[in-house]
Amino acid sequence: MKSTAPTRAYRRRAPGEPRAVGYLYILPALLVYAVFLLYPFGQSVWLSFVHWDGLTAATPAGFDNYRDLFGDPALRAPFAHALLLLVFYSALPVAIGLLLAAAMSRVRVHGMTFFRTVLFLPQVLALIVVAVAWRSILAPDGLLNDTLRAVGLGSLARPWLGDYTWALPAVGVIGTWVGTGLCMVLFLAGVQRIPRELYEAARMDGAGPVREFLAVTLPGLRPQIAVALTLTIIAGLRNFDLIYITTSGGPGNATSVPAYEVYHRAFETNQVGSAAAVGVALTVLIFALTVTVSRLVEGRRV
Amino acid sequence: MTTRRERGVTYALLTLFAVLSLTPVIGILSTAFGSQGSLDTGFSLPRDGLHWGNFADAWSRGHFGTYLGNSVLVTTAVVAATTVLAVLAAYAFGVMRFPGSTPLFYLFVIGLTLPQEALVVPLYFDLRYAGLTDTYAALILPQTAQSLAFGVFWMRTYFRGSAREVIEAARIDGANSWTTLWRVLVPMGRPAISTMVVITFMWTWNEFLMALVMISDEAHRTVPLGLAFFQGQHSSDASLLAAASVLIALPVVIVYVALQRRFIEGMLGGAVKE
Repeated sequence: MKSTAPTRAYRRRAPGEPRAVGYLYILPALLVYAVFLLYPFGQSVWLSFVHWDGLTAATPAGFDNYRDLFGDPALRAPFAHALLLLVFYSALPVAIGLLLAAAMSRVRVHGMTFFRTVLFLPQVLALIVVAVAWRSILAPDGLLNDTLRAVGLGSLARPWLGDYTWALPAVGVIGTWVGTGLCMVLFLAGVQRIPRELYEAARMDGAGPVREFLAVTLPGLRPQIAVALTLTIIAGLRNFDLIYITTSGGPGNATSVPAYEVYHRAFETNQVGSAAAVGVALTVLIFALTVTVSRLVEGRRV
Repeated sequence: MTTRRERGVTYALLTLFAVLSLTPVIGILSTAFGSQGSLDTGFSLPRDGLHWGNFADAWSRGHFGTYLGNSVLVTTAVVAATTVLAVLAAYAFGVMRFPGSTPLFYLFVIGLTLPQEALVVPLYFDLRYAGLTDTYAALILPQTAQSLAFGVFWMRTYFRGSAREVIEAARIDGANSWTTLWRVLVPMGRPAISTMVVITFMWTWNEFLMALVMISDEAHRTVPLGLAFFQGQHSSDASLLAAASVLIALPVVIVYVALQRRFIEGMLGGAVKE
């Protein structure tokens, strides 16, 4: 932040009224925000330290609910699933996006608006609708199995979402579909902003496509990669809708994730304290990962 | 200079991914016009003409008319409340200085990463205690609070970047901070505000978890919640389910196609920190 003299002078007088009036402008937003977001979050933290079935009196639990996150396999699994899903929700979209950006760094594309609109479309659809569409694709007689049979790979066909081994990757692929367009749009915009001279210089030095990608495109896209990772990680870990509609955590708990576990425990099996602990742990995980991303990828000191 | 081969590869890749993006969407559209009662749970092509009746059935038999009404009401309220509150708060954060302004602002920014899952449990018990579950308020108030995180963050960036001279000029003309905001800065900030409006609209329209938890009576269901229940009851009727999906997605898609730039800018900007 460059704090220049005129700015400071402006601030001293601006905007012509006592600065305390600022509080009045903030008050209404802060009120709603505090009552319906900050306070409930505080309550979540409190609930995570009690045993409560939602009806009778709560009893103190100490760190029991948190200890269970590590000790109870039924709680460990959702977190393991979530981390594995991040490969599909975050790593793959970023990788595919980079591949495309690399391929396109040398070409000016006509009709970019059309491609951008289409590639980004999965981001604006309700996840409920996305889930319904993909349930169809992954159904026993759905598009994927039909295609496999048509090309002679019928032996691979299976009820993807009902398969203990394949349900989690199948849900992951849906996330890849949702996230890839976002990464592509980000990187394509970023690549256009890398100075052309850098590419020309690389080529004069005799750099091939791979060296050019590593030396020019990748460093040039650092900020965009950080944004892409942050957005896809947050969206991936918050992902409740997809799981609820496609598998409800099943078969067994093969696709259960923390976001689903919060709902399941609080409203279906009456383990409110445990549900709150999962929610708080999920928050911590999201914070930790986003800070890590901005440190490692963006080189920011947070 | 780019070679012909490079151009070819680029367009081939773009086309491939465009097709992959569109396949589920076209599948749903095509199924929505198919004939009801087909046992195929996968996508289908409308073989014997377009069955527009599926939409009418989803609308009346599936009660999507009611659900759409609820969604319109809730979304309008959330967008209006978020816009006014976010503009007011962001104005103060952007152009005024007062003790505690930075920590207060960061309090709002935290909301950008805070998952709903960490709020929904106590919110349910609080609102039930207040007798507000199964009301529009239960859908509007928490959603407004969550949208404010983005709204305040986004609008503050605009106010920060707005020309100091303009504010100064307005002040010299005798405008107080209130008139400066509404007469000068808000009209000038229409692009930034419309981005915030479309993003809030989309998030609220598509919101599912809060609705699932807060609403148990049918009369207050929003469209995503309606679709989830509809799927439970009519999962064998693929064409009706697809028609309902189209009805839900259409409003957002129409706005998206018209204001594509605003959507992309807002969704990617939400994570760009200063």
